[in-house]
Amino acid sequence: MNAPGGDAARGRREASPGREVVASGALEVVEPGVLTLIQDLGRPGWAHVGVGRSGAADASALRLANRLVANDEGAAGLELLMGGLRLRARGPLTVACAGAPAPVRVGGVPVGMHAPVEVPDGAEIRVGAPSRGLRTYLAVRGGVDVPPVLGSRATDRLGGIGPAPLATGDVIPVAAPPAAWPPVDVAPVRPWPEGPWRLPVMTGPHADWFDGGLDALCGADGFRVTPSSDRVALRLDGPRVVRVRARAAAELPSAGLVPGAVQVPPDGLPVVFGVDHPVTGGYPVVAVVRASALGVLAQVRPGEPVRFVRG
Amino acid sequence: MTSALHVVPFGDDALLVEVADLAAVRRLDDALRRAREGTDASVWGAVVDQVPAATTVLLRTTPGVDVAALAAAVRRVWRTARTADHTGDAEPADAHGRRGLGQVVELPVRYDGEDLTEVAALTRLTVAEVVQRHAGATYTVAFGGFMPGFAYLVGLDPALRVPRRATPRERVPAGAVAIADEFAAVYPAATPGGWRLLGRCDVPLFDVARTPPALLTPGSRVRFVPESQPEPRPAPDPRSEPGREPEPEAAAPHGPAAAPA
Repeated sequence: MNAPGGDAARGRREASPGREVVASGALEVVEPGVLTLIQDLGRPGWAHVGVGRSGAADASALRLANRLVANDEGAAGLELLMGGLRLRARGPLTVACAGAPAPVRVGGVPVGMHAPVEVPDGAEIRVGAPSRGLRTYLAVRGGVDVPPVLGSRATDRLGGIGPAPLATGDVIPVAAPPAAWPPVDVAPVRPWPEGPWRLPVMTGPHADWFDGGLDALCGADGFRVTPSSDRVALRLDGPRVVRVRARAAAELPSAGLVPGAVQVPPDGLPVVFGVDHPVTGGYPVVAVVRASALGVLAQVRPGEPVRFVRG
Repeated sequence: MTSALHVVPFGDDALLVEVADLAAVRRLDDALRRAREGTDASVWGAVVDQVPAATTVLLRTTPGVDVAALAAAVRRVWRTARTADHTGDAEPADAHGRRGLGQVVELPVRYDGEDLTEVAALTRLTVAEVVQRHAGATYTVAFGGFMPGFAYLVGLDPALRVPRRATPRERVPAGAVAIADEFAAVYPAATPGGWRLLGRCDVPLFDVARTPPALLTPGSRVRFVPESQPEPRPAPDPRSEPGREPEPEAAAPHGPAAAPA
């Protein structure tokens, strides 16, 4: 099974002939899992020509995984949706996982999250389904070395730009390791949050379109994340966010968007945009999730409750 | 001309700048780009994305930027742009707020679109007049956003304003030259779409392997140039040109490759 081809915008998986091969090793995909994407911190600067930023949905988790193997924080790694990934190391490699806590095994031996792990040549890396959250990140020392597209190796699921999702048989090149050595044996991380997710929001540019403004979103009942949620947006179910009468039938000209923008279509059910959001949107934005909480949007499971709070 | 400018925060790391209309957006977008290219990198260096739309320009910044200082800088740029309008060169800005215009991108078009006759009927023009008016205007890229490389072009002859199709097509081919409402565009890639198709342009509009990847960026000017329309290809008549091989296309109907795959 090969990655679907034919899309000129997608990066080639193998290093092209004539390109100097600097790879120090590679990861062979035995099982790609539910959906495993190559991600870095995205491709800023192209939104005006319709190309969104994209990048790791939980950027702080990718950064942490990269720091653990002494990579640049923006090196490309793997973003696993609900785990299920099996890789075989070609050459000795060092990897680290962060994000949604999942069981990780190297050569059949359980190893910890948030720690650099040596992987001997030929050993299998297995990342199981996370017990909490949705997305686990795997960084490899040196970084995933597929050819960048517009300066980034991120996979943009909406714009169809960047590498295709991992498929069985893919061989993912790994760049030469950095000079620096992993700084710690394990990173202390905060315990996974208990109870309903709380999303701190600030007032959006069109809050005055809604009855109660920001309070229309921050009511006590909260919302539930629906299964039709992905990297583009979390689609919510719950109390309707109702427009003020004067704006009931108003049309909003399309405007630029940011991740975390909470847009309310005419049905009154909020949509929270993620990293692969469209570059412009045509519905009013009642609130924007604070930058500090954007990673949470990557980890909320369908069916889980979320509450918006001013903050 | 109204000069209102409204700057609101859009999350922690962005500002949404609202102005009155598309002409004001074009003027502001151009002025901001010039400011960002200028020497005063202190606050502009933090801007990583500038996204014009119908009545807004979004500025996204690196984290931790003093957005109040950026907002003040935006207001200064706008005041300067307006002052230039009132006191500056005699050449007025065009209908879309552009002045000091650069190169015009010429796009060759084969006017054989599926909706050409429908547009002619809707506008009470002949097909030839539709083509003439579409190719007679000089357009400006107002903004992008629908898909990579897509450019909303303004400057369409008002006589050609037609609504979108009631039912969008499931697939509009790459290179389709289309109009809807006040806009004209060329589809960079195949996609569902509801605009009316006038023709086809073979110039690639977006290619990630090219620098720059997008042919048309906000502020670019565009003209459509009708490709010399060959007469409808006559049935091959060996007697008329006795010495020539029939062209492959002409021969094809008799061969096994007649039906497209």
